[in-house]
Amino acid sequence: MSDTKVIDACNTFCPGPLMELITYMKQAEVGDTLELLSTDQGSASDVPEWVEKVGHEMIGSEKVGEVWHIKVRKAK
Amino acid sequence: MRILVVGGGTGGTIVANNLARRLSAELRAGKVTLTMLSASDRHMYQPGLLYVAFGQMMPDALYRDQASLLEPSIEFHVDPVKHFMLDEQKVRTGSDRVFGYDVLVIATGSRMVPEEIPGLVEGSETFYSEAGAIKMYKALRNFQGGRIALVVGVPHKCPIAPVEATFSLHDFFKARGIRDQVEIKYHYPINRIHSIENVAKWAKPEFDRMEVAYETLFNLKEVDVANRIIRSEEDTEYAYDLLISIPAHRGMAVIEENQLGQAGWIPTDRHQLTMAGYDNVYVLGDTTNLPVSKTGSAAHFEAEVVAENIASIVKIGEPVREYDGKVYCFIEAGHDQATYAMFNYQNPPDLKPANKSMHWFKMSYNQLYWSSVRGLL
Repeated sequence: MSDTKVIDACNTFCPGPLMELITYMKQAEVGDTLELLSTDQGSASDVPEWVEKVGHEMIGSEKVGEVWHIKVRKAK
Repeated sequence: MRILVVGGGTGGTIVANNLARRLSAELRAGKVTLTMLSASDRHMYQPGLLYVAFGQMMPDALYRDQASLLEPSIEFHVDPVKHFMLDEQKVRTGSDRVFGYDVLVIATGSRMVPEEIPGLVEGSETFYSEAGAIKMYKALRNFQGGRIALVVGVPHKCPIAPVEATFSLHDFFKARGIRDQVEIKYHYPINRIHSIENVAKWAKPEFDRMEVAYETLFNLKEVDVANRIIRSEEDTEYAYDLLISIPAHRGMAVIEENQLGQAGWIPTDRHQLTMAGYDNVYVLGDTTNLPVSKTGSAAHFEAEVVAENIASIVKIGEPVREYDGKVYCFIEAGHDQATYAMFNYQNPPDLKPANKSMHWFKMSYNQLYWSSVRGLL
């Protein structure tokens, strides 16, 4: 079991949280879990939409304070 | 104090020149030495490559001799670093010379890696190199009509380039009188047409007006060169006649080879711009792993912070500034109009309608860059 890789994309507008997640997803191994931290409200819907379309696995999504914690497992 | 700058691109050159001015007295007195190691004796103005690809600038206009851009007090060597020995505060170069330092600045930049996508090298045009931009111009000039696909890798240098290239394609074929015979389709990795929400909101009606088609959530998986088809990780595909790519990038190989950061991006403090674990090592420009645009503009503003802090450490023993994430990007909206995006960690850009005066400001900046990189602007 791999450790969870945390990606801090809080307070960033470019390239933005989903671009950051895609960047790190490319570097990850199948089965790895990535946790994206985002202050962008749009991430709560943008990330699951991409994850579903590309075929990875959503582990969970919750807002703690002002920060979204979105966990995704690389599936392919 | 020995200050060593590794990398002679935008960030490295601005930080070195800025330091040379701030520490001129200390340099003259021999209390400070300032050395730059670079892989090249030439300096390229990389944003100019877009103009080369559309026949608006000649390649030789993109270059200056690196030595001519540097303050005389900077000791300059064309001798790229091969080994970083951070715990010993030394680097070893390609010519096997060893340089010690008290403060190190790493600004080695990034490189495109089209070879990571099957078929992309042989199947696409790209303007991210001089040879590529010239080849792309010839392909565009010879194109008589059909389907053009533009694809975008992640991460990539200059996040504005995909929309700029698309607007330029429209204007290029309109000027040739064959725009109605060219279908332009833009493909973007996330679920809007640009990573910056306000840029996406501004560009979408422009794309609609120009009749540019677009597909979002398209991450390129492979190029079927024989059949001229691109396929995405999201299981969609598109048949093209001419493919233009903005390939994904990685940090420089030397960073990966020295295990300084995954994919060549060095873990960096987003405000102090120091390397994780090393208070005397600064990182700037494309080399950082920060969630900040990989642009000359970011490198410029980061370089000013790093230089001011190194100089203040020399003078009073403490840094005085923090990087706030500032980026300023011109956005060419075709061949005669432009706008800009300015933002930082806290404030998103507020896009203004494109106009001719901003385009001419950008054209002027293409020359002003040489003053900027000398640290004069």
